[in-house]
Amino acid sequence: MRIGVVTFPGSLDDRDAQRAIRLAGATPVALWHGEHDLHGVDALVLPGGFSYGDYLRCGAIASLSPIMAEVIDAANKGMPVLGICNGFQMLTEAHLLEGGLIRNEAGAFICRDQRLRIENTDTAWTNGFTANQEITIPLKNGEGGFIASTDTLARLEGEGRVIARYLDVNPNGSLNEIAGISNARGNVVGLMPHPEHAVEPGFGPDTALAMRSGVDGLAFFTSVIERSLVNA
Amino acid sequence: MPTIVVEVMPKAELLDPQGKAVAGALRRLGKTEFTGVRVGKRFELTVEGPADAALLAEVQELADTVLSNSVIEDVTSIFVLEAVAGETH
Repeated sequence: MRIGVVTFPGSLDDRDAQRAIRLAGATPVALWHGEHDLHGVDALVLPGGFSYGDYLRCGAIASLSPIMAEVIDAANKGMPVLGICNGFQMLTEAHLLEGGLIRNEAGAFICRDQRLRIENTDTAWTNGFTANQEITIPLKNGEGGFIASTDTLARLEGEGRVIARYLDVNPNGSLNEIAGISNARGNVVGLMPHPEHAVEPGFGPDTALAMRSGVDGLAFFTSVIERSLVNA
Repeated sequence: MPTIVVEVMPKAELLDPQGKAVAGALRRLGKTEFTGVRVGKRFELTVEGPADAALLAEVQELADTVLSNSVIEDVTSIFVLEAVAGETH
């Protein structure tokens, strides 16, 4: 399976995402924001960072970049797309996901290992988890407060489209402690914390067993590979 | 050269952490007469030609789709800054 990772000017975690894809067992394909070509990939990751300096709004200018026309088209046809952090912001700006992300409630940039509960295991990116599995992956954002209108929020909750929720603390003031959501079809997922930083022993969050041994993020990437094998 | 101003504010019902931080600073300075602060954005779009109805319609469209995100912000005003007297074109 070939999974594309789009690099925008200001992307930070594109190579981490490529590495996570490789460790999960797929082939990462580097894609460039200025092209109109997905190079025949089977799935897409929009990585974290500060695309175009986040100057207009987080992810807003990136959502208007050339390759996003192809990303939106592919997503609407069912291709799995995972937006992480800045990538999640791009997906909301591109109207592939509902709601929006605003400055953290506390006004500060937050960087911590964050416990989450995976609440929907039917999406392309979460089917490898068990229902209500609790995981820990890094969170690092300045504008990660998830907001949506009352109607939208009720619909997301009612349709089980909250895929991950913050545990212990609500780090950024997100409504209903929402850390990630999916579209109705389950192929497009946005997540504020960073699974790609918890995929390899020695480089992940601390666990009870050993320092930096946490690899809870890997299942996001193995999920989409498993899904592609089932559908093949 | 006319300039069209577009002003965008965070939605009134949303928490505005930027405004809250500024309000906190004013309070610490003893400026207790201000009970709230909200921080928004102002865009100035400059054009060579006249700011006619067609152009303003286009600005309205851009304000709604690019300059603001209606999920989190409202476009609060759009107006034309008249060219400064004596300016040559």
